[in-house]
Amino acid sequence: MINLLCTYLRPYRGQIALVLVLLLFQAIGNLYLPNLNADIINGGVSRGDTDHILRVGVVMLAVAGLLGLTAIASVFFSARIAMGFGRDLRRAIFTKVETFSQVEVNQFGPASLITRNTNDVQQVQTLVFMALTVIVSAPILIVGGIILAVRTDVPLSGLLVVVIPLMAAVITVVMSRAIPLFQAVQTKLDRINQVMRETLSGVRVIRAFVRTHHEEVRFDAASRDLFETTISVNRLFALVIPTMTAILNLSTVAVMWFGAQRVDSGALNIGDLTAFLQYITQILFAVLTAVFMFIFIPRAAVSSRRIREVLETMPLVKDPEHPVQPATSPQGRVEFRDVEFRYLGAEEPVLRDITFTAEPGSTTAIVGSTGAGKSTIANLIPRLYDASAGSVRLDGIDIRDMAREDVWREISLIPQKAFLFSGTVASNLRYGDENATDDDLWRALEIAQAADFVREMEGGLDAPITQGGSNVSGGQRQRLAIARALVKRAPIFIFDDSFSALDFSTDARLRAALGRELGGATVIIVAQRVGTIRNADRIVVVDAGRVVGIGTHHELLATNETYREIVYSQLSEEEAAA
Amino acid sequence: MSGPDGRQPGATGGPGASGNPGTSGVRGARPGPPAGAPSAPAPGGLGARPGGPGGRGPGMMGMGLPPAKSKDFRGSSRRLFARLRPERRRIAIVLVLAVVSVVFAVSGPKILGNAINIIFEGVISRQFPSGVSQAQLVATLRSQGQDQLATMISTLHLVPGSGVDFGALGGILALLVAVYLLSSVFAWIQAYIMAGVTQRTVLRLREDVDRKLGRLPLRYFDEHPRGDLLSRVTNDIDNIGQSLQQTLTQLITALLTIIGVLMVMFLIDPLLAFVSLLAVPASLAVTLVIVRRSQRQFVAQWASTGALNGHVEEMHTGHAIVKAFGRQRQAIETFETENERLYEASSRAQFISGIIQPAMSFISNLNYVVIAVVGGLRVASGQMSLGDVVAFIQYSRQFTFPIIQTASIVNLLQSAVASAERVFELLDEPEETPETSTPQAIVKAGGAVTFEDVSFRYQPDRPLIDDLDLRVEAGATVAIVGPTGAGKTTLVNLLMRFYELDGGRITVDGIDTRDLTRDDLRRQFGMVLQDTWLFRGSIRENIAYGALDASEEQIMAAAEAAHVDHFVRTLPDAYDTIIDDDASNVSAGEKQLLTIARAFLADPPILILDEATSSVDTRTEVLIQRAMATLMRGRTTFVIAHRLSTIRDADMIMVMDRGHIIEQGTHAELLARHGFYYDLYRSQFLEPLAEAI
Repeated sequence: MINLLCTYLRPYRGQIALVLVLLLFQAIGNLYLPNLNADIINGGVSRGDTDHILRVGVVMLAVAGLLGLTAIASVFFSARIAMGFGRDLRRAIFTKVETFSQVEVNQFGPASLITRNTNDVQQVQTLVFMALTVIVSAPILIVGGIILAVRTDVPLSGLLVVVIPLMAAVITVVMSRAIPLFQAVQTKLDRINQVMRETLSGVRVIRAFVRTHHEEVRFDAASRDLFETTISVNRLFALVIPTMTAILNLSTVAVMWFGAQRVDSGALNIGDLTAFLQYITQILFAVLTAVFMFIFIPRAAVSSRRIREVLETMPLVKDPEHPVQPATSPQGRVEFRDVEFRYLGAEEPVLRDITFTAEPGSTTAIVGSTGAGKSTIANLIPRLYDASAGSVRLDGIDIRDMAREDVWREISLIPQKAFLFSGTVASNLRYGDENATDDDLWRALEIAQAADFVREMEGGLDAPITQGGSNVSGGQRQRLAIARALVKRAPIFIFDDSFSALDFSTDARLRAALGRELGGATVIIVAQRVGTIRNADRIVVVDAGRVVGIGTHHELLATNETYREIVYSQLSEEEAAA
Repeated sequence: MSGPDGRQPGATGGPGASGNPGTSGVRGARPGPPAGAPSAPAPGGLGARPGGPGGRGPGMMGMGLPPAKSKDFRGSSRRLFARLRPERRRIAIVLVLAVVSVVFAVSGPKILGNAINIIFEGVISRQFPSGVSQAQLVATLRSQGQDQLATMISTLHLVPGSGVDFGALGGILALLVAVYLLSSVFAWIQAYIMAGVTQRTVLRLREDVDRKLGRLPLRYFDEHPRGDLLSRVTNDIDNIGQSLQQTLTQLITALLTIIGVLMVMFLIDPLLAFVSLLAVPASLAVTLVIVRRSQRQFVAQWASTGALNGHVEEMHTGHAIVKAFGRQRQAIETFETENERLYEASSRAQFISGIIQPAMSFISNLNYVVIAVVGGLRVASGQMSLGDVVAFIQYSRQFTFPIIQTASIVNLLQSAVASAERVFELLDEPEETPETSTPQAIVKAGGAVTFEDVSFRYQPDRPLIDDLDLRVEAGATVAIVGPTGAGKTTLVNLLMRFYELDGGRITVDGIDTRDLTRDDLRRQFGMVLQDTWLFRGSIRENIAYGALDASEEQIMAAAEAAHVDHFVRTLPDAYDTIIDDDASNVSAGEKQLLTIARAFLADPPILILDEATSSVDTRTEVLIQRAMATLMRGRTTFVIAHRLSTIRDADMIMVMDRGHIIEQGTHAELLARHGFYYDLYRSQFLEPLAEAI
């Protein structure tokens, strides 16, 4: 945590120094004000000296006003430092995540990355703000108070040696019990979240199976569990403040008792005794405050650890130091040479010995059963993952030697999960080319068989799209994703099982239109349906991470057992029926 | 010598003078330095305000809390406090305890002052020779012209020649110890009870919301984003709990202290009391101005937090697309803009709300000087004794603190009320139409289903189904075909009464489904959809979802019938493998097999099935196909069909287009009609088939 704080607070060190000076000034002022208070009473009120009261009153107001201004100034800078720190940290995390490959994103999970960027940053940011306003001024008040106390009476100050460790001991005991409880509260909150999420996402199934009551019992268990823990945390803390106040109050009694003896023996005058009382309560109070702030430290420490995990992750896919310039007029030839891919630390590779070439102007299809590794092959081309052995080449250049931006420029990807961004139909379509005209967009929509429904949508191209594209159907989403890729017009098209949500006739019409449109492009299709790929120039059959056959539909049908099995499992009944 | 003109007892505003228990700052109400009041913080310990640092970390500054923009602050806060009603007995106890605490707090400085007086008297007594009586002393002083001193001494209890009366001092200090300890004990009991009060209130609220979710119509879930609902049940309720925990006890004590101190002040001197009372409207005005502004900034801060959250979520979820389309630069730019906006709003919010403390301190100092001036004048004119002025000043210090405290509590409460409002909004949503009061009993239906003149629409202005008539014999199969669309969900919604009909009726075994309880009705149905739903738990528990009392053998048998037994046994923990909806160790097809097993075990007379499409690999698809065929045997089945064989073999085909049912009949009838189905059949099945072979 210290590390993180040091790094990200460095740009603010000037302002922090300023805040420290302001706080020091405030602490001195706060120690000085009581003297003025006393002076008003002693020198003015008790003597009926109105002039004195007014004189000192003006000084006191001036000091108080100045103190107020410094307090405002220090809050101003503290707020800007703490929030600036948070902003910088968020930026660092977001920028870092943008360099991640899919491997790292999946490793953390998008949800966790979001929490880390918002919630966790807030925790640390809060600590910084607290530190700048409270924790830092506490030591100043303590030291100042001790100096004044010792100056007033040394033997009486000995009391502090007893009281401060006593308070520290109480706090330590409480904290050691509270921290595990706080952690438990977090976990139990997570559990509630999870049960609730399931209840909401499965509401149809729950009601269909008449399990509402059962879910309620499950929720109650989680809820009660959280209740038990929070109540014990709060009861524990219910004890802290009265205990601390008791210690504080009893020490004032002790000061009175021992102080009276010192006064009686003439070693201390009575005015100093009351002043001493004030100093000692101030010191103890500052100790109490400071120690209480430490409550936030364990939470912030947990958060910083989570943030650092993100910041310190080295993405597996990196830009080379000296990227090879791509060809000025890219052909779009994609070549896999003995490619192997395995997840970090995995025993078995997902893919091995993958070798094939997708030529420009032709369609290459990749088929195989679930888990065979088809999508992984598709993801290797845009460097969402990097091959662990062998190479993927673009126009003869190993893509790992190219800047990723250059690789992406040549690829139009239509992912398995057609993900749309919130905005409008047009803003989504222009994702790949900001300068595309409306005509370009409509053309792409026509080819993607999406023009009809976009026309029917209120607003047409400007029709709103909600996050993730949840306001259009799955099939429409896929067609919009295809149109988006068409607008980009890169030389390589990768369709990663992109037709699954389409019914057969739309699928057929779409493929026919694409065939006309993508004449010169390199088309790579990952698919499950035989109908989708049977016209491909080249079909790569993948099974258990290996290529088990390459050829045309007819060639493979004649020679390849795996392919035949796939085809017949889909067509046999219809065949029989035809 | 620290003679008679030495400092007056408590002159420096000894312990308790400022009455600033300051612990509020620690409780996260506001992060301002508790020593913000110009006088050194004194223990004022008697008024210690108990309360933990909240169940969960810093809700301070409202960061990360849901946006607070209360629509009806007064109504919602009244309702929130009404929820404390079941705890009223405990709250009454707390109130009594608080009154006692406040009485102690108010009397504390007085007792301490007595102690100082004794020391003072001892010190003065020592200065005079023993054997002289107090009266003689006063007379001597007067004769020396020291009238003022003489007057003062005449009010003291002096025993010339003796020192501090440790016996009396000890007695007073013992009393003080007792008062302090008792007040701490009371404070502890208060806090202990209040922890229970708030947490139980929160627990009840959470349970009420959960029950409410069970009674809301499906329509509500379809129309509201899940994230928002989730946030209401967790974040908002959590926020309420945290704020209540922090504020309730403080509020009670603060208000009582204000009243108590004010009473004492009026007893001492009405004029001065009136003067210090002026600090109240001044403080309130300043607080109101600041809180209103900071509230606006907080709202802006929460809005930006939301926007930033949304952007981050979207970019991370669509990570691959952002990369593949080379849009990181734009993603980062948008992020920067939102991030900057959040920074501006939040630092402004922190700054503005941070002004309260210094401003209040200044008002308190101003008040102090005014009291000193007015008090001094009154002492000079003999209208008031010095001791009273000193006491008064102490009390005025004790008086300003709870005002500052109340200001920050109001700030915190605003956030709690905003959250409460969101929760109440949910609790006020209209519920499902009530069950019939005279439900018909049905244990296991035969399975005959009819639709009679059924009309239904999601939106009043968009007709979807009108006058649909359909008669399905028990055990028959109805195939639903047509391009992708909302058709199947609508069917499920109507059959299972997730949505209510706009007209006509649906019967099961001749009984109107509205004459059955929803639970009884739904027990007749089994559902196997493509978008499966599994909850986090073992595979065994998931299969047994529809039949809690199923034996191990029955579960295995169901798994076997669903052709998923083999797969489960290849998993390291077999039936104990923990899965959930996002499980990556189980493929989509396998999940569907598990839901088939679930349906087998539940053994319902009527089924709603969804045939697998292409995102399931071919081998699994074959398994699903076989399992479904077995499952359908002897049950009335509505199947969303993609396969020709299923459609052709169905007893009845419903052709849907864009959610409407446009044709219905048997395969032969529909083909003969040469309508939509005929075209669909040719384009979807015959042509691709011809192409493929």
